[in-house]
Amino acid sequence: MVDKLYQLTAHELHDLISKKEVSCRDVTESVLDRIRSVDDRVKCYVTVTDELALAQADNVDKQIAAGEPLLPLAGIPFALKDNMCTRGVLTTCSSKILHNFKPVYDATVVERIVNNGGVIIGKTNLDEFAMGSSTENSAFFTTRNPWDIDRVPGGSSGGSTAAVAADEAVIALGSDTGGSIRQPAAFCGVVGFKPTYGRVSRYGLIAFASSLDQIGPITKDVTDCALAMNLIAGKDFCDSTSLDVPVPDYTKSLIPDAKGIKIGVPTDFFGQGVEPEIVNSVMKAVEVLKDLGAEYKETSMKMVDYGLPTYYIIAPAEASSNLARYDGVRFGLRSDDSKDPITMFLKTREEGFGPEVKQRIMIGTYALSAGYYDAYYLKAQKVRTLIRQDFERLFEEFDVLVAPTSPTVAFKVGERAADPFQMKLADVLTIPANMAGIPAISIPCGYADGLPIGLQIIGKSLDEATILRVAYAFEQATDYHKRKPEI
Amino acid sequence: MIEYEPVIGMEVHSELLTESKMFCGCKVAFGGEPNTRCCPVCLGLPGSLPVVNKRAVEFVVRTALALNCEISHHSIFHRKNYFYPDLPKGYQISQYGETPIGVRGYVEITVNGTTKRIGIRRVHLEEDTGKLLHVEGDRSLVDYNRSGVPLMEIVTEHDPAAGFDQINSADEAREYLVRLRSILLYLGVSDGKMEEGSLRCEPNISIRPKGSGEFGVRTEIKNLNSFRAVYNGVKYEIERQERVLREGGTVIHETRRWDEPRSVTASMRSKELEQEYRYFPEPDLVPMVFEPEWIEAQRHLLPELPQEKKARFMAEFGLTAYDAGVLTDSKALAEFFEKAVEGYHDPKIVANWTMGEFLRLVNAAGIEVDQVKITPGHLVDMLKLMDNGTISGKIAKTVFTEMFETGKRPEDIVKEKGLVQITDESAIESAIDQVLAENPNEVERYKAGKQELLGFFVGQVMRATKGKANPGVVNKLLREKLS
Repeated sequence: MVDKLYQLTAHELHDLISKKEVSCRDVTESVLDRIRSVDDRVKCYVTVTDELALAQADNVDKQIAAGEPLLPLAGIPFALKDNMCTRGVLTTCSSKILHNFKPVYDATVVERIVNNGGVIIGKTNLDEFAMGSSTENSAFFTTRNPWDIDRVPGGSSGGSTAAVAADEAVIALGSDTGGSIRQPAAFCGVVGFKPTYGRVSRYGLIAFASSLDQIGPITKDVTDCALAMNLIAGKDFCDSTSLDVPVPDYTKSLIPDAKGIKIGVPTDFFGQGVEPEIVNSVMKAVEVLKDLGAEYKETSMKMVDYGLPTYYIIAPAEASSNLARYDGVRFGLRSDDSKDPITMFLKTREEGFGPEVKQRIMIGTYALSAGYYDAYYLKAQKVRTLIRQDFERLFEEFDVLVAPTSPTVAFKVGERAADPFQMKLADVLTIPANMAGIPAISIPCGYADGLPIGLQIIGKSLDEATILRVAYAFEQATDYHKRKPEI
Repeated sequence: MIEYEPVIGMEVHSELLTESKMFCGCKVAFGGEPNTRCCPVCLGLPGSLPVVNKRAVEFVVRTALALNCEISHHSIFHRKNYFYPDLPKGYQISQYGETPIGVRGYVEITVNGTTKRIGIRRVHLEEDTGKLLHVEGDRSLVDYNRSGVPLMEIVTEHDPAAGFDQINSADEAREYLVRLRSILLYLGVSDGKMEEGSLRCEPNISIRPKGSGEFGVRTEIKNLNSFRAVYNGVKYEIERQERVLREGGTVIHETRRWDEPRSVTASMRSKELEQEYRYFPEPDLVPMVFEPEWIEAQRHLLPELPQEKKARFMAEFGLTAYDAGVLTDSKALAEFFEKAVEGYHDPKIVANWTMGEFLRLVNAAGIEVDQVKITPGHLVDMLKLMDNGTISGKIAKTVFTEMFETGKRPEDIVKEKGLVQITDESAIESAIDQVLAENPNEVERYKAGKQELLGFFVGQVMRATKGKANPGVVNKLLREKLS
């Protein structure tokens, strides 16, 4: 048996499992052991579903023993951000208001993973309702960055990215509304992919901002990302916004060169308080891609400046409505001894929501109010259209855009908690892709003082394949993805 | 004294007769054990998403077409945000703003010989809420069976610039609702049951000095569960507002509840502070796009509507406008009539029976036409029994009542009850002889010239034969005997 199974990628494990060198149970146990040994320091998991995971692993082992064809994700342990519904398993959104909430159904992505042999190993921590960039807004605890326990993993999918970085999961799913997959992937030195809006079903993803939320994979390398995308992408009739377009086999786009690829380098993405070491690493990465056959050109994208302010109208507006259902009537927390329903609503929400969530509900409520709607929400939607058009203009010339994922490397726990504006700046480079609904990935491209730096590759709508190709080519030519944090 | 003119706007909600709910697959049905017809979507559980019920959209498009509306090429859903325990998501998915499914239509009504085209401002689609039940003590229970049932809203036009007529009296308000309900029933999109709340009407009423271009302050009435309640409620509210203004008071913008037993409206809540619904486009749904070809296909699926059927009945069966109007008021009544006409040569006779005995019995029984036991075939058979002399017209009424109550065939009723008409002259003759013998004074007076007494003798003979004697034969023989 191979030592340290938990360190391997999904495709490596798949080879071992298909050769029957290891069982799915071996893999699951290895990862569960890893969780037991490091999670008290990293704190990725809100819930570890060990019994469920072992039962699922045994089930897949049985199928293998019976000679059934090997499923694509057979025995691969998955971590799920705890805003995805899992039948009968606590789903918290890292919020007190979902106290003891056990969904009666599985999210579409969960169904697809399990149907393809995947094993659900646990539910990971996040900023409450995915609102934040550090997991410090979790109502339970702050997840730590495996590269430096005193630093944040980023957010809001910080639990999922830290779990993959610390080998506490082989693949994790996150959700990205304004950068919540890519920014923590950059902070934790892993691959984080936000697909085109509508590519992956949102059914069962607890909504933050419906027109921006998108589920995507967090993996140890680009190959695993392509594997996961193959199985979670595609039309779902339970999600009206999911796109009815064919899903290519993404593993076919994993070509180790970038010949003929036209890369745009939008200089406006480098001026947003981006640390010099990050600029250097990203520009070096661009040179690597050039050596791999790509052409690149500097270009401009003025609308990037408007991404953040637009986001902070649209996302809270939608959130204020999406979070109205947490009223204590049907599930979750209910504040007792209220004389009437309205008092019960008020007390439940007062007790159940954390300060960041309350602030965003208030901003959103204000932005949608009569008399302000046109000036805020409607205007923001118009700006959003301009951002999308700005990207479309660039994509007439370029196949992909390359930029830093985050202006900084992982910051210290508590460092930005007191300054919400600084905290929100962490998403300034990731938000534009959400605004335009286009796909973007973050992959490791260097280290500053031992902390990972993320390279962001942004692509055309529905052209995930080209992004994966460029990312794969870069990864094959470098070894940043092979480094592991010491915990 | 100032003469006031009421202006009435009508907001009608109808649940749609679809198999499943608006945004999920749960079954739509009235009643049922609480919370047995719901799922993550209509319970608003976290992570669930709505999917539009295509049939409901078709129903609203067809309704809008039947109401002479234009169909928006591009129609979107909005969220109407407010907190209430029967509203699981904290918002209702509805349609707001300029692009509901249907706009700019009208309904034609005729009251006291005057025909008006009442403008329709919008026809839109939304979802119903659950039901909150207040139980003993300080507890409330919620039933979500109704949550997410497709609901269509039809609102009249209040802007005179739109070029349509307004509703200006309680009579017109009721007539508008009668016409609208009839169209919905013809289309098969609604069961029209006001008492069960599947059809709900909330009129708003304001009055203004006659000739004024400005609108007065309006009040809205809720809890109107029948046509009569709509009429009485609107009438009461018009009179109440007039009284308030004549006494120098002011009408307050408020919602008032119709109190049926006391026949008054009472203030429910003030609307001085407009409710803030924070409408915005529903991001979980994509816009509906209606292509002209698709709309035309829907138009072709429209059944014959009341107005068209009325015109055809007049042309095809030679009925008067009044008769054709009564017969086509309800689709079920029109169908009953038309099926009977197929089997009988004289439409006028069928019309008389349908509008007369049939409707009288339906109304007396307090049921709907589609709930009756009697069939059009029974009516035809009965008419034929009359024509071949088996039963008299008087007996026919007895037979008809029996058919109505039991659903039995007329031949069987005639046999069972021994109602066959007596045409045997000798049998009738003996009855006549007996009557004449018992009434010698009348016979004398008749013979002295009091010819009107013939009717008296006929009546007596009919009584003696328990109504079964053929009246023609009775008349003929009486004249012979008395001459």
